[in-house]
Amino acid sequence: MSASTPTQERAKGAKARLSDRSRSEQRLGWKLAMPAFVVMVLVTGYPILQAVWNSFFAYRLTDPDNRHFVGLNNYLVSLTDQVFWSAMWMTILVTVITVVVELVLGFIIALTMHRIVMPRRTLRTLVLIPYSIITVVSGFTWLYAFSTGTGFVNQWIQWMPGIDASYNWFGGFWSSLFVISLSEIWKTTPFMSLLLLAGLAQVDTSMEEAAKVDGASWLQTLIKVILPSMKAAVMVALLFRTLDAFRIFDNIFIMTGGANDTSSLSMLIYRQTIDRTEIGLGSALSVILFLCVLVIAAVFVKAFKVDLAEGRG
Amino acid sequence: METRRGRRVAFAAAVATAVALGVSACGGGSSASGNTQVTWWINPDGGGSDPEGGGQVQLAKECTDKADGAYTIDFQQLPNSASDQRQQLLRRLASSDEGVDIMSIDPVFVAEFAEAGFLAEVPTDLKSEFTEGVVPPAVTNANWKDTMYAAPFWANTQLLWYRKSVAKEAGLDMSKPVTWDQLIEAAKKTDSQIGVQASRYEGYMVWINALVEGAGEHIVQNPGAPGEELEFGLDTEGGKEAAAVIQKLADAKVGGPALGSTDETTSLDMFQNEQAGFMLNWPYVYAALKGAEVDWIDDLAWTRYPQTVQGEESKPPLGGIEMGVNAASDDKDAAWDAVACLTSAESQKTYMLGTGNPAARTEVYDDSEIREQFPMADQIRNSLADSGPRPLTQYYGDVSSGIQRVYSPPGSVDPDTTPQRAESLLQAVLKGDALL
Repeated sequence: MSASTPTQERAKGAKARLSDRSRSEQRLGWKLAMPAFVVMVLVTGYPILQAVWNSFFAYRLTDPDNRHFVGLNNYLVSLTDQVFWSAMWMTILVTVITVVVELVLGFIIALTMHRIVMPRRTLRTLVLIPYSIITVVSGFTWLYAFSTGTGFVNQWIQWMPGIDASYNWFGGFWSSLFVISLSEIWKTTPFMSLLLLAGLAQVDTSMEEAAKVDGASWLQTLIKVILPSMKAAVMVALLFRTLDAFRIFDNIFIMTGGANDTSSLSMLIYRQTIDRTEIGLGSALSVILFLCVLVIAAVFVKAFKVDLAEGRG
Repeated sequence: METRRGRRVAFAAAVATAVALGVSACGGGSSASGNTQVTWWINPDGGGSDPEGGGQVQLAKECTDKADGAYTIDFQQLPNSASDQRQQLLRRLASSDEGVDIMSIDPVFVAEFAEAGFLAEVPTDLKSEFTEGVVPPAVTNANWKDTMYAAPFWANTQLLWYRKSVAKEAGLDMSKPVTWDQLIEAAKKTDSQIGVQASRYEGYMVWINALVEGAGEHIVQNPGAPGEELEFGLDTEGGKEAAAVIQKLADAKVGGPALGSTDETTSLDMFQNEQAGFMLNWPYVYAALKGAEVDWIDDLAWTRYPQTVQGEESKPPLGGIEMGVNAASDDKDAAWDAVACLTSAESQKTYMLGTGNPAARTEVYDDSEIREQFPMADQIRNSLADSGPRPLTQYYGDVSSGIQRVYSPPGSVDPDTTPQRAESLLQAVLKGDALL
């Protein structure tokens, strides 16, 4: 056993002091974070756990004495019911349609705002107006616009085959889906365009200029230079909007109330939990929706990370 | 030291203020003057929140004045639709909210609230006051499992509104009962429409129930039974007759340009704009048409609800409001005293004149002022007495939603399949085997 040299002893002492300080800092960190942590657990964690717990019970608000454990039955009932899959189909359709259209329109608007020099602030303000309107209000606006007989849309487009003032947009699935999607797209495209505009600002202009010097056309520059440079912004915009669209509620609630199979998953949860006061069944559906959102988020986050890695490479 | 002491004083003052605010915000209870304050949760009506508007707020003020310090009636307003009112009340009642003393309740929800133990029983000494001279179907709706839980406040019914000239052109003799088939034929013949409520909402359930009742059946056969034991009368001869009326009306395309989106307002619009020559709607439309100063008001007429089956008396829809007291209220005695005042014949007359909503007490219809304002007073009273209430069940919300879903859109209704599908769905939902 060899004795330590003075240098080694000093190093050990310094390490011990550092370790003590680190532990002390760690404790302080915990102390400082504790109030926020407690609030997080109470405000976020508790309701989630309570919802999961409730989902294992048959429990109706108007019959609280009859609360009993049913295991996974609420999940089984939900996942084997045609109404659930119909709501899932509607939710997926709305999500895909709105996000794709918003991405294309949002990019065009962002590109326009990026190129225009003069009234940029005014333009941005104008573009943002729909996004600043409460969804309920915009939902009602579109509802009235497409109302049978009195809505102005039918008055305008009577040249189209099968359309007259009495055309009922909310009488069938596809026409209802069209108006609901239109309202969503109108309201949220500005949000998408702002996120993409931030992405455009990150594009290295020297690369664009180099591409031009090399003789690349505008389209080639867009596809080969601009779009790859703003992958991260596109991914963030897609993630936010996909999660948002997947939880669609307001527009459907106002326009159709879920009639003609237009109920989304959120509407279905509302109907079971609030309308029927079936807390167990509603909780099971909420957990299912939560898991769906979690999966979507995980997929996007993974794609986002890969993208960053590729960017670094 | 001074600072610490100052902080303590400030903290104590803040706590005292918070407690004082909290106590006063709780509502109800006795005020400093010794008066008992009861809070009445009202549904929106034509009187608004004006204490002189002729609505529930005016009644609250008048009864407060009459109480001469014994109690004060405060009010809170519920949302517009009956289902939203139910949701808000349910949430409050389930949490034993003492801020709710008296409630205006849609009659179909009395059973659900009573079964859950949310409603206080009507005191024995007030039962006769709340039932004598009141139209019997409204009293039926105030009871659940042989116990009285509510006091009838106003009672609503639908009439067949029509334009004399259109009926004449169609060759209909409106002095005799008419059937739905005759109405549909008349509308086709005169190239006119019939205003009904067939959007996917409670109004559609009102129509379906009236058709089923008119065919001598009841949607729920054994009221009061547990969910899994409920039996339905939709897939019966009468139930199929009812579905056939909806099918005929939809096939004939006489229900307006968008039958599946019609509610009371759109029906009234169709009628007012002379698109519809006939309309099934509540009595408020009379005041609405007079208020709109339509130039054909002299052509307006009304009669009893149409028959589902020829020769079988119709069962007009029943609506209105019952008044209940929260079982968790701290001031039940004062609340019931207030209800007695609010539902008195005098109050019901004031309310009918102020809002156009018909009284539940029959004597009100003999009042000269009422007869002058409501030339159809006798028709309303008779319709109320002969009305067919919607199903009395603690699962009314599920029953109504399930039927609305299967019977929507009206163009898809088929008497051979729709009633059977509706029954199957309701049975599965009430057994907990299906979503709604």
